[in-house]
Amino acid sequence: MAGMIEKMGNLDRRIIFILIALSVIIPLALGLIFPNPVGAEPSRALFDYVEALPAGSSVLLSFDYDPSTMPELQPMAMAMLQHLFRNDVKVVGMALWPMGASLGQDAMSSVGDSLGKVQYEDWCMLGYKTGGGVMIVRLGSGIQAVFPTDKDNVPWSEIPMLAAYSTLQDFDMVLSLSAGDPGIPAWIMMAGDRFGVPIGGGCTAVSAPQFYPYLGTGQLVGLLGGLKGAADYETLVREHPDAVGAEGGRAVAGMAPQSVAHLVIMLLIVMGNVAYFAEKKRKGGVK
Amino acid sequence: MNWEILGIWIGALLSLSLYSFLYRDNPFYKFAEHLFVGMSAGYWVIYTIENVLKPNWWQRMFPAEGGFQIVWVIPGIFAFFMLARIVPKIAGLSRLALGMIVGAGAGLGMVSVFQTNALAQVEGSIISISAGSAFEMFSSLVLVVGVVSGLVYFFFSKEHTGIIGGTANLGITILMVAFGASFGYTIMARLSLLIGQSQFLMFEWLPTIPRILGIGGGA
Amino acid sequence: MRIVIPLAITFVAGMIMVLNFFVPHEPFKLLGDNLQEWYMIVASAAIFLGAMNLLHVHFRKIRLKLKNWKYSPVTIIGFLMMLVTGIIYGVVEGMPFDYLFQSAVVPMGATMFSLLAFFVASAAFRAFRASNWRATLLLTSAFIVMLGQVPIGAMIWDKIPLAKVWLMSVPNTAGQRAVMIGAAMGVVATSLRMIFGIERSYLGGTD
Repeated sequence: MAGMIEKMGNLDRRIIFILIALSVIIPLALGLIFPNPVGAEPSRALFDYVEALPAGSSVLLSFDYDPSTMPELQPMAMAMLQHLFRNDVKVVGMALWPMGASLGQDAMSSVGDSLGKVQYEDWCMLGYKTGGGVMIVRLGSGIQAVFPTDKDNVPWSEIPMLAAYSTLQDFDMVLSLSAGDPGIPAWIMMAGDRFGVPIGGGCTAVSAPQFYPYLGTGQLVGLLGGLKGAADYETLVREHPDAVGAEGGRAVAGMAPQSVAHLVIMLLIVMGNVAYFAEKKRKGGVK
Repeated sequence: MNWEILGIWIGALLSLSLYSFLYRDNPFYKFAEHLFVGMSAGYWVIYTIENVLKPNWWQRMFPAEGGFQIVWVIPGIFAFFMLARIVPKIAGLSRLALGMIVGAGAGLGMVSVFQTNALAQVEGSIISISAGSAFEMFSSLVLVVGVVSGLVYFFFSKEHTGIIGGTANLGITILMVAFGASFGYTIMARLSLLIGQSQFLMFEWLPTIPRILGIGGGA
Repeated sequence: MRIVIPLAITFVAGMIMVLNFFVPHEPFKLLGDNLQEWYMIVASAAIFLGAMNLLHVHFRKIRLKLKNWKYSPVTIIGFLMMLVTGIIYGVVEGMPFDYLFQSAVVPMGATMFSLLAFFVASAAFRAFRASNWRATLLLTSAFIVMLGQVPIGAMIWDKIPLAKVWLMSVPNTAGQRAVMIGAAMGVVATSLRMIFGIERSYLGGTD
């Protein structure tokens, strides 16, 4: 028994790697889908806020991430866009991270095409700008000065839908999909607290706990945290009576492997502790 | 040539090369790692030119309607100063550009961070004191006491003994709960990334193999 | 003079941003607007600086045949592939630059960081010990969050997600808010020191 516990404590890390890989691959291969109930989470608050926007409203959607966090944030982008387009909300995209511009364009065009939305009339992608918070402040006094053209260098004056916007305050809300800095905090500081534009969004699970204080103060109207947040939004969008043709579901499909992998990691932590205390007891006994 | 399938294969082979690091460091991993760094840097440079320098600087200095706007020479000079850092003889010029970047960042950060992360949070903590059910009152008490004791823990100008020591201890306890939550979320984040990439390999790449074999290798 | 002019620029830039915040009217609006637009262009130069430095490091590695120099051409070729396709075809969706990004950079970026899943599991197994009551508290909090975040938590006991919501919105918010307020004080103090030229380390030396 003591030998087994000692062996357990010295488990080769490659065995741990295999366990983690299997805990993800097996549920995916079996096509397991777990129901994803959405409680009184900040994701529901965000969904309700967006749902209450009247048709014809405008949202600035900022893609502040890159491929390294795409598995968490891209499903959020897809679900949000499905929701916004379904409710006939105009969406203007932009990015505080360079790679967010391409990922955003990809998400907007694929969801836009599937729901019959037209680029430059219902949505457009303004692209990437350097400067983070400093640039957001400039948006507050004039958007066109920051974005004289869109991502593909089409001049502002040639894009019909942009005639409706002159400053940040012309948007009904800003949604930021944030993987770090610059991201949601910059939007809250510069657009929310300074210019009074409501802010919502999604972030990686790593940064979600840090943003909870903003939810308590109302500086954030709602928040999607990590893959769970994305799965919540997908669920809420699909559960809605108008959810005809809603696509995606990648985050919901990810919840089964996520559940199994969490259990495996918790089991590993328990095993590590059992081995640790057994070792401690053995050493104490020798003394 | 099916470009879509080729793209999926490029992505899958590079992903598998990177995963091979889990066994041990090897040439496939090193190849993909070096390629990733080079391509990412290339992407950043192109986007900076196409989305920032072209529309926000060049096309404003030389507008489509003709003429030359001399004021836009100034940021151009500062940008050149920033690049001077790579030439040791004139590296000192980069301080001028850094001065501008740091000054603007500090000026904006000072007022905005104070407003958003200090004043609004203090206000939020006071407002959170509610007179609802017993459980709500307990929660708001935990919140306010937690914020105050956490702040006391960060207050190093006075020795942590007596009441201050006791409050600081309570502060550490609250911080431990917060750090535990952060740890739980961090584990979730890392696994989500693995799940996302596994979905790509299993549901986008693997189905192309029988498709290619079915065509008889003619794809 | 070497240090005085940069410090003066820092002071002026900092004060323009502060005044622009409190007095969003002329002349501070015009000054602020211009500074913010210029900032974007100067900050862009930092990206070029990074790219030039990367190329310099790899060319040097090849020239001196330093460790792993054989992979340096891969970095340079990768950089040039993006540069050439970007210059010729632009960044429009579906063009070669975008194709290379979607087929190579996206999966590599996502994979690189997904490797952390394995290492975080291994580290948790080896280092996460309930060695005292505070560490046990941390561990308990992590377990509640890990179960409450996934559907299986609710399957085990339907109160676990509720416990997670409370834990996140009360003790976690309290702890994070304390850190936030403390750090904000630090930012204000450091920013003031920078604007008034007391903190100069960012200029690299004190000569």
